[in-house]
Amino acid sequence: MDNEILLEIKNMRKSFNDLEVLKDINLTVKRGEVISIIGPSGSGKSTLLRCATLLERMDSGCLKYLDSVAASMVDGSIRYSSKKELKKIRNYFGLVFQNFNLFPHYSVMRNITEAPIHTEGVPENEAKENARRLLKELGLSDKENAYPCELSGGQQQRVSIARALAKKPEVLFFDEPTSALDPELTSEVLKVIRRLAEEKMTMIIVTHEMQFAREVSDRIIFMENGLIQVEGTPDELFASDHARLKEFMGRLNA
Amino acid sequence: MNLAVMLKQLSEGLIVSVEIFLLTLLFSLPLGLLVSFGRMSKNTIIRGLVKFYISIMRGTPLMLQLIVVYFAPYYVFGKNINGFRFPAVIIAFSINYAAYFAEIYRGGIESMPVGQYEAAEVLGFNRLQTFFRIIFPQVIKRILPSVTNETITLVKDTSLAFVLAEVEMFTMAKQIAAKQSSIMPLMVAGVFYFVFNAVVAMIMEGFEKKLSYYR
Repeated sequence: MDNEILLEIKNMRKSFNDLEVLKDINLTVKRGEVISIIGPSGSGKSTLLRCATLLERMDSGCLKYLDSVAASMVDGSIRYSSKKELKKIRNYFGLVFQNFNLFPHYSVMRNITEAPIHTEGVPENEAKENARRLLKELGLSDKENAYPCELSGGQQQRVSIARALAKKPEVLFFDEPTSALDPELTSEVLKVIRRLAEEKMTMIIVTHEMQFAREVSDRIIFMENGLIQVEGTPDELFASDHARLKEFMGRLNA
Repeated sequence: MNLAVMLKQLSEGLIVSVEIFLLTLLFSLPLGLLVSFGRMSKNTIIRGLVKFYISIMRGTPLMLQLIVVYFAPYYVFGKNINGFRFPAVIIAFSINYAAYFAEIYRGGIESMPVGQYEAAEVLGFNRLQTFFRIIFPQVIKRILPSVTNETITLVKDTSLAFVLAEVEMFTMAKQIAAKQSSIMPLMVAGVFYFVFNAVVAMIMEGFEKKLSYYR
């Protein structure tokens, strides 16, 4: 099912008090696509991710995963779907946080299996087997009994990726997944994301790693002031004449 | 009266003290959690009432609260209830300590990073699961030192039960001391309290150690 639309965002708006953080965001994500979102701090990238993952409620707009509507406009005001529907929708996506947010009191194994077992009713054996397979893929086979505090930042981030993957999401969001890591640990996490891209995992990645975004993405989105300013293939973006984009990338390369 | 008799009588008193101690913990620890929920409620009326309750419990002497609870049936029903002495002690201690524990719970719960809630939410845990599987176990670790403090204070506070003439260890020690015109029984009671607390501290330390497997 190529070209199947997994996620559709229309006219997404969000303000915090008087500050309009997202002004009118439209984004469609197809199965297998890897999309990077770049832009300066305060441009709304993270808020976009938080609205898409239901951590934040948008003020107006439509949000749809596959055939499930999470939020839509009814008579000019936003209406979110029922709790039950939102619960189902949460199973469509996973989110990897900048600072991992692993559960420190659980072992690596339990961090990964807790949600499948207790929110989806997956039998414990099956959940564990699946977790071991993921850990193996992510190079953490020997860590299943370790606690998060015993792991390096890169290992912790890989566990949190495994935790997100354990729910078999259709689309995986990353919120600056390497911003808390040093260059060496960054590369070990990027390697994992690159592998997922090769396996055609649908991903939306907020990142400051330009070179990585260029290499791994099908599309890059440049955001500023709550708007998508430029959107295109990596080559298009890196060749763009857009003044602010050029300035932004120039600063990064400087 | 020889030493053996005195020790035996004090031990009988000690058993009552331990009973007050254990029952108070048994009731006030869960009640405190409930009170902390009220204290953090979004409903301003509930929050205000609970805040008032806590301020009364913390702002007036426990000794007075013991007396008020003991005489409450007389003022409410117009008569005393037989055998209400011991229950009154447990009720007064429990509602008093619940107020202190509630504030400790609240401190622990509010110190939890919001990222833990968000990770749980994205993973599909409902509110109850998030609290009891993710948040509360970590809260326990955070509040354990403060709970130990309160628990040790409680050991010594059990002596306040003497205002209702409940014959716990301190009451017993005072009676013996009066009979013998000597403070010796009181000193011995002091040693008993000290040992009691040493045991409590050791147990609490054991809990802390058990939870030290993660940071």
